[in-house]
Amino acid sequence: MRNPYRTQRVAFFFLLLATLLIVIPVGLIVVVIIQKGLPAINWQFLSDMPRQGMRAGGIFPAIVGTLYLVSGAILFALPIGLLAAIYLSEYAKDNLLTRIIKLAIVNLAGVPSVVYGLFGLALFVVFLKFGASILAGSLTLGIMILPVIITTSREALESVPQSFREVSLSLGASKWQTIRHIVLPNAIPGILTGTILGLGRAAGETAPILFTVAAFYLPRLPKSIFDQAMALPYHLYVISTQVPNVDEKIRYGTAFVLLTLVLFMNLVAIIIRYKFRKKKKW
Amino acid sequence: MAKILTKNLNLWYSGFHALKGVNSSFEANRITAIIGPSGCGKSTLLRVFNRMNDLIDGVRMEGEVLIDDTNMLSPQADLVVLRKKVGMVFQRPNPFPLSIYENIVFGQKIHAQRVSRDQLDEIVETSLKSVLLWDELKDKLNESALRLSLEQKQRLCIARLIAVKPDVLLMDEPCSTLDPQATSRVEELMRELKNKYTIIIVTHNMQQAARVSDDTGFMLLGELIEFGRTQEIFTVPRDKRTEDYITGRYG
Repeated sequence: MRNPYRTQRVAFFFLLLATLLIVIPVGLIVVVIIQKGLPAINWQFLSDMPRQGMRAGGIFPAIVGTLYLVSGAILFALPIGLLAAIYLSEYAKDNLLTRIIKLAIVNLAGVPSVVYGLFGLALFVVFLKFGASILAGSLTLGIMILPVIITTSREALESVPQSFREVSLSLGASKWQTIRHIVLPNAIPGILTGTILGLGRAAGETAPILFTVAAFYLPRLPKSIFDQAMALPYHLYVISTQVPNVDEKIRYGTAFVLLTLVLFMNLVAIIIRYKFRKKKKW
Repeated sequence: MAKILTKNLNLWYSGFHALKGVNSSFEANRITAIIGPSGCGKSTLLRVFNRMNDLIDGVRMEGEVLIDDTNMLSPQADLVVLRKKVGMVFQRPNPFPLSIYENIVFGQKIHAQRVSRDQLDEIVETSLKSVLLWDELKDKLNESALRLSLEQKQRLCIARLIAVKPDVLLMDEPCSTLDPQATSRVEELMRELKNKYTIIIVTHNMQQAARVSDDTGFMLLGELIEFGRTQEIFTVPRDKRTEDYITGRYG
């Protein structure tokens, strides 16, 4: 005779084990990085140039570089992504072509980031002659996060109830007025969430900036968007693998700053989404 | 003179023939009820008058719909102008997730070039007064419209519509989510509004049609079976099918 309770206990055990297997490593990473990185954090570390071949000093140019890159990426990707999302969700007819386009965009989100890096190198650095520059790096990161922005914006737009559109049209609003006054305002929280998630991804990626912007060692701030720049993820990679004898404190301190930046962005996205869900009543 | 005339109106949803040769005439300052069993095409007919059916893929229409002698099915018809003139109240009260005030001035935001705050205030006041909501809501105009009761929401939707200054009010079962008291108050409002507007109401509720309307059309399977004065339709129907429906032997 089978004992249903024993089977159930076994099943529960494996389900719990699987969950723990996911949670524990993430928790450990965070704990280790905080433990080893936090002592390195002080005002000087955050605001000073790296010195002695990055073995001392701070990471200020890398922080600034990452902020430049992320802002550049969003300046490029948000308007284009949003307009594309509006077109796809509101205007495009549901036919084979648009379905292929939508599928392609979803799949683009899964393309390895190093492929975007090579693409950026070929298009922006070499073909358009931007050189290795903040401009080229921002555009590459922007293209990388476009699929995320388009997909989440589209979902946000499509979740606005059809009845709102109907009422607006029935009151004599044109299609564009309906989008502008009714659909967009109600979709903004969802669009923001997607944008910030995209930002977090752009801040953390190394491969796309590797060939397009990142400077190995540049102990000054970039002068223009055609200048190279340091960036946190690449800096972390360099001091962890390319430069011998870097103090562990500096490495973990850099990792801590990067992790904090990305987690902070995700936290903002979560808060926006939470507030939105609480307010939403239709 | 008829406000709205349909001449041999046919409508297809892809392959489905939903309206079959409908000839009808709706007069100004009267309430016309359209009754009939579910799926008979009464909502479809209503949505022809402001061309809301156009939102559905695969809709095809033939014939003429004359509103103030202009054919609204012609390719030159301006849908924005049409929908300003012919407004709609939906089955489910559907205020925007905005404040009461913003709901009412939505039409102004779209149609008027530049309106002063004073003018907007005045529009809000007159619109709310005409649906008898002003006294209840005048002190909470900036609260969310989603917090109102169902009846208040439906009245607000009518006020929002009136602010656009339409000629015709289309009502698609406007009371079906309301309780009997609220329903009778909204019917009272309709009687008041008919002095200024042409009202066409689709309803499942035959008592409502009998109570509130001046004219009645009975539809069955896409055809307008009978159209006439409400009193005659409900007392001496000419068609056997109308009589069967009204006496509850059908549908």
